[in-house]
Parts: sequence; structure tokens; C-alpha cells
Amino acid sequence: MVLLQISEPGQSPQPHQRRNAVGIDLGTTNSLVATVRSGMAETLPDAKGRHLLPSVVHYAPQGANCVGIEAAEHNVSDPLNTISSVKRLLGRGLEDVKMFGNQLPYNFQTDQGGMPKIVTANGLVSPIQVLAEILRTLVRRAEASLDGVLDGAVITVPAYFDEAQRQATKDAATLAGVKVLRLLNEPTAAAIAYGLENAKEGVIAVYDLGGGTFDVSIMRLSRGVFEVLATGGDSALGGDDFDHAIAEWLRQQSGMSESLNPMEQRILLEAAKAAKEELTDSETVEIELLDWSGVLTRDVMDDLIDDLLNQTIRACRRSLRDAGVAVDEIDTVVLVGGSTRTLRVRDKVAEFFGVEPLANLDPDRVVALGAALQAEVLIGNKSGDEMLLLDVIPLSLGIETMGGLIEKIIHRNTTIPVAKAQEFTTFKDGQTAMAVHILQGERELVDDCRSLARFELRGIPPMVAGAAKIRVTYQVDADGLLSVTARELTSNVESRIEVKPSYGLAEDEITQMLQDSFNHARDDMQARALCEQQVDADRMIEDLLAALKQDGDKLLSAEEIQCLEVAVKELQKIRAETTQYRVLARQIEAVGKTSETFAARRMDASIKRALAGRSLDEIEQG
Amino acid sequence: MNFSSDFFAVFSITPVWDVDLNDLGVRYRKLQQEFHPDRYATKSDIERRVAVQASSFINQAFDTLKSPLKRAQYLLTLKDTDVDQETHITSDTVFLMQQIELRETLSDISNKENPLQSIATLRIDVESTYCELQSEFQRQYESELFDDAFNAMVKMQFFAKLLVEIEQLEAELEDS
Repeated sequence: MVLLQISEPGQSPQPHQRRNAVGIDLGTTNSLVATVRSGMAETLPDAKGRHLLPSVVHYAPQGANCVGIEAAEHNVSDPLNTISSVKRLLGRGLEDVKMFGNQLPYNFQTDQGGMPKIVTANGLVSPIQVLAEILRTLVRRAEASLDGVLDGAVITVPAYFDEAQRQATKDAATLAGVKVLRLLNEPTAAAIAYGLENAKEGVIAVYDLGGGTFDVSIMRLSRGVFEVLATGGDSALGGDDFDHAIAEWLRQQSGMSESLNPMEQRILLEAAKAAKEELTDSETVEIELLDWSGVLTRDVMDDLIDDLLNQTIRACRRSLRDAGVAVDEIDTVVLVGGSTRTLRVRDKVAEFFGVEPLANLDPDRVVALGAALQAEVLIGNKSGDEMLLLDVIPLSLGIETMGGLIEKIIHRNTTIPVAKAQEFTTFKDGQTAMAVHILQGERELVDDCRSLARFELRGIPPMVAGAAKIRVTYQVDADGLLSVTARELTSNVESRIEVKPSYGLAEDEITQMLQDSFNHARDDMQARALCEQQVDADRMIEDLLAALKQDGDKLLSAEEIQCLEVAVKELQKIRAETTQYRVLARQIEAVGKTSETFAARRMDASIKRALAGRSLDEIEQG
Repeated sequence: MNFSSDFFAVFSITPVWDVDLNDLGVRYRKLQQEFHPDRYATKSDIERRVAVQASSFINQAFDTLKSPLKRAQYLLTLKDTDVDQETHITSDTVFLMQQIELRETLSDISNKENPLQSIATLRIDVESTYCELQSEFQRQYESELFDDAFNAMVKMQFFAKLLVEIEQLEAELEDS
């Protein structure tokens, strides 16, 4: 507990032993896990030496699920039970999921809560569970490789991921038993992988073109702090579209009809993809297609994909504008994503930014490598490191107002974490409840934005219309996740509202799934959980006692001190006696609640002290 | 959670209009390096929650002070001036006429021969008036004429909004 153990400036908390941290890149097609060894980030292979884990899970009738290449082998023989591209289903409602219907062969069904589930031979499966399977496989790989339990992971997400998609990713981690140190945006991870924080100052653009998505981020670096200034892109534009454009050209050249059967489509696309890849190394490629053969030159291909590339450049221009940065201020451009291997992409990007882009790291691995480096910092292995990432919220948050319109509360590209408060009043005499509907998106109408949550504020004291004052606070944390609290100001009643996600898993559903996995797991899970709680309890007791000694008299009343001391004693007793990890966990939480005010006051005092009376020079020195 | 420092005190700077934005940025990043929730990644839930609140507070303070309009409003609040009160600016006909003219110019731009050139000219015009209004605010505020400072702030609001609209149109023109 640093808050309860704030060290004086210049004094660092005591060093602790090295902990196991990894970076995980959950890709639509492939996933990777990486860690830092002797200062260098590296991706971890499985027992057979394979680094890329295909993001595919196969569900078999007897629950013999498998993940990765083995799962992908069932693609043809058992397509309905072989789940791939699950990232695209994450945090989506049934309507969105149906839109992918043509591309994904699965059967979907809603559960009682209206959440979409995939029907498999092993029962109904939520996309979050599928992702959790992939995560588990990566964690097992990492633990085998690191020869120890994982202490934490940084998981990357596309910068444009909305709140529902981020929450779903975090839920999957909870299910897989992974402690998430941070959900990190993929472009930011890439910038870290290139070690750009070693430069003193600069403005960086990260151009991330994947198979199906495009992302651009503009960030400013100053003295180890990465500030994301703006992020943008197109979640439906990627290298796959290059393939389609080339396939269409092939169809015309070969005189095939416009209505192709799925088999012919497949053949065309495969040929297009192969040609695109070959043109990275050579000027021309010979193509043989059924009974047609011909030549595609790089120039012709460039013409075919230029329209698509111009769209990405437009998005770059928009992001620069959002960031308030002129194009000639960009010092460094980083390329991410397999589609940036296409030479034309590099040329266009270089031409637009006027800088030769960095591309010496494998664009498929760069994100995982950056995540590993960040995990190393967050877990505390790299002490004295000043690197910090300040991210932004990619899409505006708002609430529904009269007439199906949206009032924006937090604008896109606002630095997170961020809190905004809003005051409501009642419009009827004696009104005791009101509904709040939270949405995310840039459009004006509710129907055009993503619904994140609906909740009802209840228990408003009955008053005449307009007399009640309800302050609703929207808090977005550093991962881009939302929580909401409400307080009735005249009666000062506070309630933390549970934001029920419109998509994804409800809290009790996660608890149930975790419970189930515990029941199935070996006994040592219990022992491990107890051991973890004991470590937490010890740390909490030690920190709290030290903090009380240091600041108790200054910040707390005698009564508050006594209350905390009693709580600590009780925790010490339970720590010594119980063998039930849940009992201990409950007590830790109780002591945590009791000490929250103390922690908050210490934080407040510490903020006041932080820069007090210090000149700019002193601050810059350290 | 309520923090007891005001937005200027957080950065340990005096509450005046003239804020050195470079200096403010250095102070801001220093604070975030200390209080950002990433610094608490391995700590308890409660500490993380408090850190999220502290970091949000620092972000809000920075966001407020770096924007001329928000800074003006905040300075007025520090002098117990209600920034949401009714204004009588609507009776200032000279100002209203100027607003109407500027808006007409803006809505005409798309029909101009060289719209990008015209909008650039308009922007320079509007920005310079916005700057003058800021100086006006500063003068009144420093003379402790808070009613007049308030009026200058209200005029700044009009211009800030106009600038946003200019930027939107500029974006549309560049993209088309």
C-alpha cells in the first residue's frame, strides 16, 4: 500500500523480489505472449517452438477443448464448433453479431439476460469465455517458460475499442485468473517497443494497419511521459480490403462472372493475397488461376489499393487536427500490423508524414513486445523508471436526453482517467426514481451510438419537482472502463451504482463461472488462493500500522484511529487462524473499506506537498 | 472524494490569468508520474481507486488551466462569480451584429471560389479577436472588476464556439 506508506521525495520504497509479468497481444487472427529477460523483450514460444497462437478454440462434446493450431485443424471438419475471430464478437449485442452472420458460420442464441452466446457441442459459450480459453493457454505457456506463477499481465486492445469491448476483455482475464496490470492500447505498446521513450522529446505517429482494422494515434513524448493526443481510425478497413480489390481485378481479367460461388471466391482471394505478399519482394508476379494465367505488376496493384490507402491518410489528417499538431511536427512514425509490409503502404505513409517510418521490428510482434516492457515497469521490476503512459478515451461518452438525443459528458480524446459530474433534478412532485442511459459514440442520435448501460436511481427522497439535486459522477479509469456513482445532495445519500453492462457478462455470472472453475480445479488452487490472501493481509497490516504511526494523529480523529486499530487487530487474528481464503479476503476488504478515508486524506495531503514551493528547475531536476 | 487544493494550488502556481503553459505542462507530467494509477498497479483496490480519483483530479485541473476559456471561468469562480448566471450580452448590439456577420461569412464559405483560403482568413480574424477578448478579460480581472471580466468571458464563449465551428468546416473542406 503505497498510499498508506508514502515515501518522502527522493526516497524509494524498499526493493522487493523480482515478479513475473507478461505482455499479451490478443489478436483477431493470432495471439502472442511476451516477457522481459535481462532487459530485452521477447515473445515466448510453446513446447514446439511456435510463437504465434492462432486465436481459435475448438469445443468438443466431452469438454476436451483445444486452442491454437490444434483447434484450427478442425476448421474444415467441424466449423460450427471451431470458434475463430472471436475478438470481433467481443462486447457486441446480438444485432451486431448477426451482421457478421455471413462471415462467421456459428449459431447464436441469447441467454436470459439477452447476451449473445455461441451454440457449441460443449454447450452455450460466451465470446468472453472463448477469449478466456485463449488467455489461459498463453498464461500456461508463460508460466512454463518463466517457471513460476504469473503475477500480472498487460493486455493490449485496439485504441478504438469502446467501453463494452474493454470491459469484455477484462472480464475474460478475470475468468482466466489473470491479474490485469493495465489494458494498453496497441499503438501505444508499439511506440514503447521501439524504445522511443529514450528520446527526450518528440511527436510520434503510430500507423497500425491490420487485416480488418486501421488505427492511428498521435502522441507527444516528453521526459519519459507518453501523452496520447488523439486517436482515430476505421474499424472496418484493413489489408483484407486490399485482397478484395486485387481479387476483383483478377475476376475481371480472367473473365469470371460476377456471381461466384463461395469456393471460387475463396480461390480468388487466396490468389490475391499471395500475389500481394509476393509483390513486397518483386516487381511483378505471375498468377495462375483455374484456366487463366496473367501478370500483376506492382504499379497496377498500387493503383488498385490507392483509394483505400487514401482513406487511411485522411484518417491520419483528422487525427493530427484533433491533436492540434501540424504534420511537419511529427518526428517519428511507427508502423504496426501485418498489412504495413506492403511497400505501397510504407511509401504513402512516408510521403504524407515526410518521415521514413520505423519498421525494423516484426509488425506482428511489436505490440506484444511493447506490452511486455510496460508490464515490467508496472509490476515494479524496473525501479526508478519514470516512463508513464497517458491515454485518451477514443469515443465520447454521453447520456440519453429528451427525444432520443445524446448529451456528451466526456468528449473523445480526453486524457484518462477522468471524472465528470452532472446534476439532475426531479421533474415531478414526489418522484423517487429516475432512469439514466449511458452511450458511447460521436453521433447525435441514441440509435446511432453504442448503448453501454442503463440504470435506475432509486430512493430519492420525495420532494416537490425540482427540489431534489442528484449528482451523478462518471468515472473513467486508466483502462477506459466506466463506473458511476450518484449522490442526492440535499439528503447526502450516496450510492455506488452497479452499471449493468448492455453486452458481456453480469457480475454474478462471472462469479458463478469462477466458482465453477474452482470446483473443477485441483485442491492446490485453494491453497494458492489462501497464500496470496495471506501475503496481502501481511502487507496491509504492516503498511497500515506504519501509516498510522506516521500520520494518524495528523489526519484522523481519536475515534477514527481506534476504529482502524480494532480493524487491524481483527485482521491479524483472522490471518493467524483461518484456512478459508474467502474469509480472509472478506476481512481484507472490510479493513480496506475502513481505511479508505485515511488513504484518501493521505493522498490529498501528498498532492498538496508534491510541488509545493518548488521551482520549475527543481521539478525538472527530479 | 474531495481534494482540498484548488486547481492552481495543485500545480503550486499563483492564481493569475497569465499561466506559462510550458511550465504548467512540466508540473502536470511530474504530478502524473507520481499519482497516476499505473504507479499503483500492484496495490490494493482501494488504493487504486483513490489513485484514479487523484489522477482524474490532476487531469481536470490541467484541462481547466490550459484552456483560456475554462481558465477564465475558473478564475471567476474563485472570486465567487457564478459563471452560469444570466447575461445581458444580448443587449450589446454592436457585439451581436459582429457575431451575425461572422456567422454569415462562415456559412458563405462553401460557396467561395477558394473556400480553404477564405476560411483560413476568417480563422485568423476570429483568433485575433479572441486574443483581444482574453486581454480584455485579464485587464478587468486584474482590476478586480469581476462583472466586466464576466462579460468579457461571455464574449469569449461566443468566439470559442465559433472557432470550433470553423475547425469543423475546415475539416470537412479538407476531407472532401
